[in-house]
Amino acid sequence: MDKSNVKGFLEFVYDFYRSMKAHEITLVYEGEITHQITKAFTSLTESNMAKESEANSVQKKVFHVMVECLQNISKHADSFGSDDFLFAGRGIFMVSKGKDDYHVTTGNVIENDKIVELTEMLDHINILDREGLKQLYKSQMKEGRLSEKGGAGLGFIDIARKTGNKLEFHFLPIDESSSFFLLTSSVSRNL
Amino acid sequence: MDVIKIKSTDDTPTIILDKDSGIFEISGRSLPEDVTTFYEPVLNWLDDYHEEANEKTIFAFKLVYFNTASSKLILDILMKLEEMHEDGKNVLIKWFFPDDDEDMEEAGEEYADIVDVPFEQVSYTL
Repeated sequence: MDKSNVKGFLEFVYDFYRSMKAHEITLVYEGEITHQITKAFTSLTESNMAKESEANSVQKKVFHVMVECLQNISKHADSFGSDDFLFAGRGIFMVSKGKDDYHVTTGNVIENDKIVELTEMLDHINILDREGLKQLYKSQMKEGRLSEKGGAGLGFIDIARKTGNKLEFHFLPIDESSSFFLLTSSVSRNL
Repeated sequence: MDVIKIKSTDDTPTIILDKDSGIFEISGRSLPEDVTTFYEPVLNWLDDYHEEANEKTIFAFKLVYFNTASSKLILDILMKLEEMHEDGKNVLIKWFFPDDDEDMEEAGEEYADIVDVPFEQVSYTL
């Protein structure tokens, strides 16, 4: 970087910082989500919440949602792309804390032909009430075999159950074959 | 029979399977990196134990957290115990939950609905 580039870059860093503050983002990460990363992020967030004397039930719910979201990316983010850049197990992960709730947001690249299936699954979860989610969880646990990657397909249902809120999601097109899948879940701080 | 004794870590539970002392327990947190590999010895041990079970088996679950991937493996363990019960063995599941943890209590109720085996819910104070 020459001198003017450096200045531009540092200004970007400041903008980035301000933008994080404006959106009350307490944690943001882009890259491969490994088990070690999952452990580090959950324990960091746990200790922050404990320091801020967040209610026990809120801490537990945030922990649950974080683990399931992180594992969704590590197990299901698609492994395609050119040889020099693989999307497998990679994505963006973000935790933000507002006055009334925590938001856990993930984003990862998926193949377009998975959009329909994913949309149907999430829409189905979102129309179910507490009892319906419970029944779905039970039947999936009974019938669903663990996929070879170890995902039980239960993560989304569990997030909906633990938070009591709808799963907000969105697909942004990248190119003909892939899209960016965004999912955000909120945990109320006033339980 | 061999004794299984696994010490807990920050992402795996304590597991004790000891036929001679009559202790069968899984406690703590469960979110192992690879659930299938982690629980495989437990499932295999239960298969062996099935053949030579004690007169009474009280199996205690005292978990404070488990992820969805673990929930399937917990069901697999319960189904092994259900098979023993179906074969006429005396089996009792004790599902411990912290008294302020409704989710863990509800998880126990759900398992009790799914498997056909004597099941007791026990609350405790953390």
